[in-house]
Amino acid sequence: MQKQALISSQSRHRPTTRIWHGINALCLLVLLMSGLTIFNAHPRLYWGEYGANNDHAWMAVGSSDRIGYLRLGELRVETTGVLGNWQDSEGRTQTWAFPGWATIPSYYSLADGRRWHFFFAWIFSLGLALFMIRSLWNRHIQQDLRMRREEWRPSNIWRSIRDHSRISVIRQSADRPYNIVQKLTYIAVIFILLPLMIVTGLTMSPAMDANWPFLTELFGGRQSARSVHFIAAFLLVLFFVIHMLMVLLSGPLRQTRAMITGGRGREGGK
Amino acid sequence: MTIFTRRQLIGSAAIGAGSLLTGCDALTRSPAVQDILASAETANFTVQRALGDRMELASEYRAADLSPVFRANGTRDPGTADYKTSAAQGFADWQLRLTGLFLRPQSFSLAALQSLPQRTQITRHDCVEGWSAIGQWTGVPLKILLDIAQLHASARFLVFHCADRLGGRPYYESIDLLDGFHPQTILAHQLNGEPLPVANGAPLRLRVERQLGYKHAKYVTGVQAVASLAGIGEGKGGYWQDVANYEWYAGI
Repeated sequence: MQKQALISSQSRHRPTTRIWHGINALCLLVLLMSGLTIFNAHPRLYWGEYGANNDHAWMAVGSSDRIGYLRLGELRVETTGVLGNWQDSEGRTQTWAFPGWATIPSYYSLADGRRWHFFFAWIFSLGLALFMIRSLWNRHIQQDLRMRREEWRPSNIWRSIRDHSRISVIRQSADRPYNIVQKLTYIAVIFILLPLMIVTGLTMSPAMDANWPFLTELFGGRQSARSVHFIAAFLLVLFFVIHMLMVLLSGPLRQTRAMITGGRGREGGK
Repeated sequence: MTIFTRRQLIGSAAIGAGSLLTGCDALTRSPAVQDILASAETANFTVQRALGDRMELASEYRAADLSPVFRANGTRDPGTADYKTSAAQGFADWQLRLTGLFLRPQSFSLAALQSLPQRTQITRHDCVEGWSAIGQWTGVPLKILLDIAQLHASARFLVFHCADRLGGRPYYESIDLLDGFHPQTILAHQLNGEPLPVANGAPLRLRVERQLGYKHAKYVTGVQAVASLAGIGEGKGGYWQDVANYEWYAGI
């Protein structure tokens, strides 16, 4: 049944999936890097409605005595060279939280970072909405991401997790229907993490607070929403790293080609 | 078919990432790109205004929700001779001048403003930098002053002139009439039940609760009604808009 779904669609990835994948990848990259510029303006995270320099931050990046540090709760880690205290491309010491190679623009400009962020936030949000609607309409979600009862068996889930550490299995996976771990991951990213980025982003807006006060209540306050926004972004980076690792291990050229041209369904590989 | 070695791939990825950054910086400096990026402001403004009933109130809080310390930002003391003289006498000589497109332009002393009907609200102040503080503000609703001085039909914006200077330029801000007549838009003279501290804008600061902190002009000396923002400062409607690409509409 599952194989049939791939055969009937003729290619590994449908045109809408491929177009969205490309646009979304670009948007997330710009949103992440411009988001780090915005974070640099106040590199502290709080829980609750309010939070400023005199309030307790559960996470903070800072610099003291030429030492950069990351503080998580009571745990303080030295991060000189990476966070809080680093050298820019001209060898000057900078004490912004995230270094220039990770931000857009590479120099500190909150106003410009915000412009990049909000412009790409619109493309990202509209793209995600259109992809969701189209993928439900063309039954991509129902066919390729639907989980059957037998897939939920703990033994199957465990086997699927173990398979992700076996190169021989990963190599063959490029032509196979998605396994339970892939399905759960893609559903979590598309239907939970990505929408969460939009909703927590809106929660930080004072105008949206007036329009839709339930947003703030949903997250227990604006600063909580800001923290969740940051954590969800971190989880997306984590997803990206594992996603890239799996692509590299399963045949990077063929996988990349499939995501650009569509590739072929079942008979695509050997 | 071209065969890439792993090293070549990693190398080109690093060059790609490097040129992406240089490219983004170059794009950021291009006025045409700035115009495209700034179009998101128009979208934010249009959609956020369309979503509510336009006079929707910002959330108000209880006294128990107040921030222990209300952070001050931007100018913490105008420091000019005039300001010092005025502060020394408890701002008894402070004048708020309503100028421009008013049918009855006039000035108000602090005492005159305090004798008008007042509004007290506990609201959350959201700075563009990302932090928030909750404070209780008391002041005169701007609507009352607008009703007294009566706007000319051609007035579209209200410009707030301030006593402080940043980087040698006078600070100013502006809002449209929708925010001007909003019930929570007040000229506050008290924070948490005490006279406004100098660091927070004594003796008079704007509260425009549905926008970010930089819109909330401090040390306000005048409200000018205008038909267009073109002739004020560099024409972008505020100090931060003129000096650094900050958006005039700060609802997000």
